[in-house]
Amino acid sequence: MEFHRPRTLKNVLTHYCPGCGHGIVHRLVAEAIDELGIRERTIGTAPVGCAVLFYNYFDCDIIECAHGRPPAVATGMKRMLPDRIIFTYQGDGDLAAIGTTETIHAANRGENITVIFVNNAIYGMTGGQMAPTTIKGQWSTTTPEGRGKHGEGGPIRICEMLSALDGPSYLERVAVSSPKDILRAKKAVKKAFEKQIAGKGFSLVEVLSMCPTDWKLTPAQAVDFVNEKMKAVFPLGVFRDR
Amino acid sequence: MAEKVLFKGNELLVEAAIEAGCRFYAGYPITPQNEVPERMSWRMPQAGGVFIQAESEIAAINMIFGASAAGARCMTSSSSPGISLKQEGISYIAAAELPCVIVNMQRGGPGLGNIRAAQGDYFQAVKGGGHGDYRLIVLTPATLQELYDLTLNAFDYADYYRNPVMILGDGILGQMAEPAEKHPYHPILDLPPKDYILDGCKGRNSRVVRTLFLHPADGLMKHNLHLQEKYARIQRELSLVEQYQTDDAEVIIAAYGISGRAAKGAVKAARREGIKAGLIRPLCVWPFPSDVYRRAAERAKSFLVVEMSHGQFVEDVKLAIECRRPVAFLGKGGGWYPSQEEIVEQIRRLANEKSKPSTARGKR
Repeated sequence: MEFHRPRTLKNVLTHYCPGCGHGIVHRLVAEAIDELGIRERTIGTAPVGCAVLFYNYFDCDIIECAHGRPPAVATGMKRMLPDRIIFTYQGDGDLAAIGTTETIHAANRGENITVIFVNNAIYGMTGGQMAPTTIKGQWSTTTPEGRGKHGEGGPIRICEMLSALDGPSYLERVAVSSPKDILRAKKAVKKAFEKQIAGKGFSLVEVLSMCPTDWKLTPAQAVDFVNEKMKAVFPLGVFRDR
Repeated sequence: MAEKVLFKGNELLVEAAIEAGCRFYAGYPITPQNEVPERMSWRMPQAGGVFIQAESEIAAINMIFGASAAGARCMTSSSSPGISLKQEGISYIAAAELPCVIVNMQRGGPGLGNIRAAQGDYFQAVKGGGHGDYRLIVLTPATLQELYDLTLNAFDYADYYRNPVMILGDGILGQMAEPAEKHPYHPILDLPPKDYILDGCKGRNSRVVRTLFLHPADGLMKHNLHLQEKYARIQRELSLVEQYQTDDAEVIIAAYGISGRAAKGAVKAARREGIKAGLIRPLCVWPFPSDVYRRAAERAKSFLVVEMSHGQFVEDVKLAIECRRPVAFLGKGGGWYPSQEEIVEQIRRLANEKSKPSTARGKR
């Protein structure tokens, strides 16, 4: 078996930190696009957050959106180009804080787009502030005593929330914190694209991912944090498949 | 032969947009422009286009961002508070140089304001509104015929210059009905191919619609200079203005949109009294027809600016004539407007002042 760079990824260095999960998720998305043979009819949206330079890495058409707005932008694109494959790649701040409205309503319309949601429980690019998915007690630069001491509420569980809606066709939460998890994540990402190709409507894969830099952990400790802490708060599994 | 129709302004706007080939509309209900999304909801599917009632004004403008990047002629509409919400998206669309048409049927502000017609969003439309150095082309129809014609043209300006275009109307223009000729659409400009759109990279290199310019460090500076060059070109090429009875005018009225109609009536009334009054009414307030005002200032003795706000448009008139003549101001905001009689009264006052030394200062 040979190991290649996916065609959909450019041959460039990324800006991601050591131990960051974005590189793995990028690869899974690129592999899925390659395997489905859809690169030349796929259009992605770049978010605001650590993946803001997404377009430097993906060799398909990309639009750089405002913070939280990719599901609305993707809606405009998909409605005008229904035979193209439109996906968003968003972090937790983008998708579950400033863009919650756009997320819920694109899902509720059953918009035939695919959302790759990278949940690392922190604002990475801006330096480690509380995210909507920061777990109770977790330290961040804006929850110095741990989340929950000063009325910050608890983490938002997007898959559970969206499964209350009729619109989504596919909702699954996976992780990239072990080889087994990565294989499962790959299947989920590919399936999400397949749902769109089949015209089934809104598909979303939530990926629990590591941020050692802003968690102030080593890459190995960050993997443990996902496996031991995050999975307890964000249970993995399929929330919708039809 | 153009068909003569009787519609409310908001309805006619929909007909014009569809005639111009607009095939994507996203909007959110807000008075006084609700007839736009309502009519779009059934006319757009008839025309083979897409109508979406968005979850917010913010989502609507971002749907426009996506639809425009996908190559569609597209439009959103709203009224003042909703236009404020769209400003983020407008800045991104301007940065990415994507064409679209944004309609503001202005109502009273600030805040939730009221639902009467007003012109208080002039600064927002003309001076920015969103963040960063960008410009919108801003069209200001005063009649439903102008609303129809300028809407057809707006899509051409947007595509030709790759720039968002705003139609700055108001609640009266949106709500009133008067006959208009429904001309068939013909492009007024030689439109360039849309070689920037995102439709999948089959047979070509992948493209990016960019709104972020981090690298190299001077990338954004260069992009901004490129935008400024484009804006300078638009300023050289685009000037839409009505000059009414200005040849021998001693008192020049400056007004746009619905205020321009009252001002025109006032000029006629003043002329009947033997007062040499004239009107300069821009149909486009960015670019501003500065040269037309400047030339008028060579002959006229004084200017009177009439607007449905407390002094926004007046600043551009003063800049245009470089304060060479006194500029009087008559403005009412909060959903009220100067009446024809009030305007005539001011014209009389200015005409009687004409023999006095030219030290009179513009009144704000």
